[in-house]
Amino acid sequence: MLQRVVRSTVIDAPIERVWAVIRDFNSHDQWHAVVDESRIERGERSDQVGCVRNFALKDGNHIREQLLTLDDHEHRSTYCIVEATVPLQRYVATVTLKPVTDGNRTFWHWESTFATPPGMEQELREMVATGVYEAGFENLRRYLREGGDLRHGGREGGGPRAPGAARAGLPRALPVASRRVVVKHYGGPEQLVAEDADCPAPGPGEVRIRQRAIGVNFIDIYQRRGWIPSLLAEGGTPGMEAAGSVLDCGEGVHGFLEGDRVAYLGPVPGSYCHVRNVPADWLVHLPPAVEDETAAALLLKGLTADYLVHDLAQLPHRNPGTRVLVHAAAGGVGLLVCAWARKLGATVIGTVSSDAKARLAREHGCQHVIVLGDGYRFADAVQRLGGADVLIDGLGDAARDENLAALARRGHWVSLGNATGALAQVDTSALLAKSITFSRPVVFDYVATRAELERRTARLWAALADGTLRVPPIERHTLAGAAEAHARLERRATSGAVVLLA
Amino acid sequence: MIRVYVSSVIDAAADTVWSRVRDFNALPLWHPGIADSRIENHEPPDRVGCIRHFHTREGGMIRERLLALSDYDYTCVYEILESPMGVAHYVATLKLTPITDGGRTFAEWSAEFECAEGRERELTELIGNGVFQAGFDALKRHFARR
Repeated sequence: MLQRVVRSTVIDAPIERVWAVIRDFNSHDQWHAVVDESRIERGERSDQVGCVRNFALKDGNHIREQLLTLDDHEHRSTYCIVEATVPLQRYVATVTLKPVTDGNRTFWHWESTFATPPGMEQELREMVATGVYEAGFENLRRYLREGGDLRHGGREGGGPRAPGAARAGLPRALPVASRRVVVKHYGGPEQLVAEDADCPAPGPGEVRIRQRAIGVNFIDIYQRRGWIPSLLAEGGTPGMEAAGSVLDCGEGVHGFLEGDRVAYLGPVPGSYCHVRNVPADWLVHLPPAVEDETAAALLLKGLTADYLVHDLAQLPHRNPGTRVLVHAAAGGVGLLVCAWARKLGATVIGTVSSDAKARLAREHGCQHVIVLGDGYRFADAVQRLGGADVLIDGLGDAARDENLAALARRGHWVSLGNATGALAQVDTSALLAKSITFSRPVVFDYVATRAELERRTARLWAALADGTLRVPPIERHTLAGAAEAHARLERRATSGAVVLLA
Repeated sequence: MIRVYVSSVIDAAADTVWSRVRDFNALPLWHPGIADSRIENHEPPDRVGCIRHFHTREGGMIRERLLALSDYDYTCVYEILESPMGVAHYVATLKLTPITDGGRTFAEWSAEFECAEGRERELTELIGNGVFQAGFDALKRHFARR
């Protein structure tokens, strides 16, 4: 006859915190006192359904258990014993967490069924109920109280461990071989050179990422040219964003597990490489529907489009038909702004450098496309449409006077980039002539808090999922081909987004 | 579909709490927001399918049909047939689970329903706090006094 054991308790911590520990199938040796060592067999991930964990218990027993169900929605984990030196037969256990909304605590339900050799029913029921489940409740309570999960969110933290949770350091806390691209000297694309470099173990608060796709942005070119020496010194690695998966975590990191698919953008360059440590604060989890290349193509540019249309153009709160003028309308940011602004009710006017780009901009929602020659003449055409209420300017200096002429009364000029050269001083009396407002934003200030980063990222993926935004054409280069990628971007040969594959 | 979920911990055994809430006609005895209740057509209050007809203290009349009752799972499921709240396809579940640690009860009360656009927040607040949490608070007070 099958034995059934049920134990439950209430843990005084939010469900997200408890679940972060429980869902890691390889975490027991960190918090459960009966487990001496735990490892996942065959190098599989600890959140991979089907993976097998191998426990060495303090009392000398060994147990191998297989993960059968992992449910982040219902906060449930089901597993069974596949081999053990204790006579538990056909043992299947389920851990379920539920939120106690009254007090933001967690209800934890742990139950199992199993068979035993004759005569051992009561002894084994008792062992499972008190020795494993009830002891586990107390151990986890203490682990959380002592902040063990905050110290050891990753597997490789080298700091002090919670009592009874000793674990030998893993060899992965070693440097990992990587390749990176450096700017040898400020200058042209040929200054981008690939070299070998180890990526050290992640420091406190850092996550080491195996990068697979790296987004190329115009700011990378400015860095290479030496226009922003405060951001990138000679010999440094450019790049502000990438997507890939978590290799390991430093001390104090929680919420990320080895193998998690992630992407980031950050205010410190260095993403042109294979393996990189970044602060966990920069990272977002990737939804399954968003591929690495898409994330690298879209994260920085998409969040830029997000604050441009929502915060600066103030769509959809402005009058319907607000005229938004987008320079480089077929570029990485331009296509996204066209599509998003159109969806939010704006009239979208764009400038591009070729007929092919004009077609692409139109496909992405740009209603009026102006193909620019070398003279950057567009103000008359824009004024015939009523003038620009909002101007998204990536052109910079060469288009300054045309921009002023193209703006409508009380228009807003957003200076986003300087493809034609750094914008010289803007004469405030020229702004006064039409009550023009001017802003010079940078995306990192719009994702400075975790909450804002997550809110905007969620809005971006939602816009992608509901068809508001389409994935722009992606031009792919290898990491070693970064120079070619820059050269093509600089001579306006690309459309859509440029991505380096690592 | 809107979903409201409220849960709490009550300091009494699940059997004891269940005996107070399982009677489909007993809302006025334990829920402070309910003034009176009767079962229509003189049916017994534990007959699945029976309809309770009650008034809130504000005077609103509500009719609810019992859809499921389980003494094994400590679960009661019911739907609203008629109410002044402006909800449609409203189905609610009240469920108790024993907490073996300390002999307490984990109580969950949830509902799914549809409503006019723009009223989601107001109704979530009314049902989640005004009805469900208020009921749990009353149970917590009752069992704390023992």
